[in-house]
Amino acid sequence: MLKVENLHVSVDGKEILKGINLEIGTGEVHAIMGPNGSGKSTLSYILSGREGYDITEGRVLFNGQDLFEMSVEERAWAGVFLAFQYPVEVPGVSNIYFLKAALNGIRKFQGLAELDAMDFISMVKGKMKDLDMDEKFLYRAVNEGFSGGEKKRNEILQMSVLEPTLCLLDETDSGLDIDALQVVAEGVNRLRDPKRSFVLITHYQRLLDYIKPDYVHVLAHGKVVKSGGPELALELEEQGYAWVDEKLAS
Amino acid sequence: MSASNENLKNMIGQEYKDGFVTDIESNSFLPGLNEGVIRALSAIKEEPEFLLEWRLEAYRHWLTMEHPEWSFVEFPKIDFQDISYYSAPKSMEDGPKSLDEVDPELISTYNKLGIPLEEQMRLAGVAVDAVFDSVSVATTFKDKLAEAGVIFCSFSEAVKEHPELIKQYLGTVVSQFDNFYAALNAAVFSDGSFVYIPKGVRCPMELSTYFRINAANTGQFERTLIIADEGSHVSYLEGCTAPMRDENQLHAAVVELVILKDAEIKYSTVQNWYPGDENGLGGIYNFVTKRADCREDNAKVSWTQVETGSAITWKYPSVVLKGDNSVGEFYSVALTNNYQQADTGTKMMHVGKNTSSTIISKGISAGHGQNTYRGLVKIGRNAENARNYTQCDSLLMGDQCGAHTFPYIETKHPSATIEHEASTSKISEDQLFYCMQRGISAEDAVSMIVNGFCKEVFKELPMEFAVEAQALLGISLEGSVG
Ligand SMILES: Nc1ncnc2c1ncn2[C@@H]1O[C@H](COP(=O)(O)OP(=O)(O)OP(=O)(O)O)[C@@H](O)[C@H]1O
Ligand SMILES: [Mg+2]
Repeated sequence: MLKVENLHVSVDGKEILKGINLEIGTGEVHAIMGPNGSGKSTLSYILSGREGYDITEGRVLFNGQDLFEMSVEERAWAGVFLAFQYPVEVPGVSNIYFLKAALNGIRKFQGLAELDAMDFISMVKGKMKDLDMDEKFLYRAVNEGFSGGEKKRNEILQMSVLEPTLCLLDETDSGLDIDALQVVAEGVNRLRDPKRSFVLITHYQRLLDYIKPDYVHVLAHGKVVKSGGPELALELEEQGYAWVDEKLAS
Repeated sequence: MSASNENLKNMIGQEYKDGFVTDIESNSFLPGLNEGVIRALSAIKEEPEFLLEWRLEAYRHWLTMEHPEWSFVEFPKIDFQDISYYSAPKSMEDGPKSLDEVDPELISTYNKLGIPLEEQMRLAGVAVDAVFDSVSVATTFKDKLAEAGVIFCSFSEAVKEHPELIKQYLGTVVSQFDNFYAALNAAVFSDGSFVYIPKGVRCPMELSTYFRINAANTGQFERTLIIADEGSHVSYLEGCTAPMRDENQLHAAVVELVILKDAEIKYSTVQNWYPGDENGLGGIYNFVTKRADCREDNAKVSWTQVETGSAITWKYPSVVLKGDNSVGEFYSVALTNNYQQADTGTKMMHVGKNTSSTIISKGISAGHGQNTYRGLVKIGRNAENARNYTQCDSLLMGDQCGAHTFPYIETKHPSATIEHEASTSKISEDQLFYCMQRGISAEDAVSMIVNGFCKEVFKELPMEFAVEAQALLGISLEGSVG
């Protein structure tokens, strides 16, 4: 589904990603871990098309297509979804209106008719129930005044409504209490599908207890320094990242 | 500037669509202002003596006045001798005619602007008075309105046909000495609209005036007077456009509303005068005095304005709440882009008992636009139990623009309840990226955010106007859900 080849990215002349290689097969779940500032969010922004970065080398193929040829919206329509580390507030725009605009944009791209208002509402309400979210959130402005945990849950609601094929979750588990973590993890698991791939950026093994990854990668100083199976996350939990620096030094 | 900022810019800075010039022969006065000009103007209009005197008093007073400097706008000194104070299409010289005789060029101008004047194409349920430069060219649905006893005609016609009403009400809300531009207007106003709704009548249709400046180097000084007699009700709409020109043009209007016992006026404006180009060249100076007088008990007035045009907008539709239980409302959206400046707001003067007022102001600034809200809530000595609610929100796009708020409150009665809320927000690149990542185009995202921001004001506009206003801001109606 996604193939990242020798990706180099810099901001203001400072190199942040220094040659990333990553291959994510359809239906797979990959976890990316790594110290603060190692470039995890940057990678997710590059994949979703945020501006302000210089891509100096490398390429990314999404279902065989050059991702960098696609605009932000085109990527979204084609199934790329980023659950933000810091979800953005959109004052004055109700959650339900926002969801409807987003879904209709995607459906239009897929050549589908807009969902009828009643069908849409009942579909969204069903998903909210699964995520244990109060319906009143539908009529509040997008993320405005939401608590940290509510924002994260709202990201997962959007993901379940939009049903993307490549889900990038940037620290969705940070800031969630134990119960919320479980609800969100269940939400993600419900979406697991042979046709859908996930990239989970996280600092904690805890999330991976709930969502079993197929692969774990360690990103440090802008490079994937180690890849392995789920056991790698356990190792990291025990040892921390000190060995990464030792390894890079040697 | 990054690409999405560029996006924002394109979206907000849509090209001015109504900037064409009508090629028509006009008779204009030479630039210049003196008593002779005023006498000539009054003579052309065959005005009664009292009106000429009224004008001259205003002029003589104006000569003693200083140009006001207190507002938050900047512009070069205006040379009042460099403006022509009268311009009328030649074909209109002999005064208002039936529509069949109106110059087809004029009719086609209004068609282009989306205001059909021909009988068969008229806007359903809206009577229109079309003012072109200094004169009214046509008023539609007059007969139908006459059946209900409603008088709706050009100001000049009202002076001829209903001088007693003009004499009784003219200048009783905004005196001819009120302020610099009101005095100038009183001296040289050329036309405008007049409305009288008799006792107990609910006006059977929306009334609207459409102002068009066409001639170069002319000022437009129109005057609107609306009287809602006891228990009557009227909804009035006002729209404005002008050609694109490199020179600034002056528009200094006066609007007076008189609301008697139990009557109500709803006054809506969509102002889209030419705003100047992206470098701030040209555009209309829109210096307007609008005031409503809730003269008797239970009178109600509501000003709703959507201001997207003009190089400089300077207006404060105000309400004097004299009657007990009278109600004043002000809903405003003002958008400034490029080098536009807007200094707008309202004054609510509570005089009677149990009077209440509501102020909802939404300022949107983009480009180098400067947007100022200036409001005064005054609770008089006898205004027992007066209430005011003010909400004042600013939305900034980009980092070159500005928003300023100056809310003044003066209370002379301890029982007053005054609430004030204010906020400033920004459409950020983060918001745009977030929306776009969800599959919403940048254009739709901006529309969505701006529309959400203006919602409380748009819902006050009559349907046709709400649609026009939203189109003007480049936005579409939010769906039925949400
Ligand atoms: N726009 C920018 N300007 C300057 N530096 C930036 C910019 N974006 C990212 N960086 C820098 O790039 C590095 C990687 O940042 P990134 O947010 O990708 O880290 P991360 O791995 O997600 O960290 P965390 O675990 O704390 O979320 C950091 O040192 C950060 O300061
Ligand atoms: Mg991060």
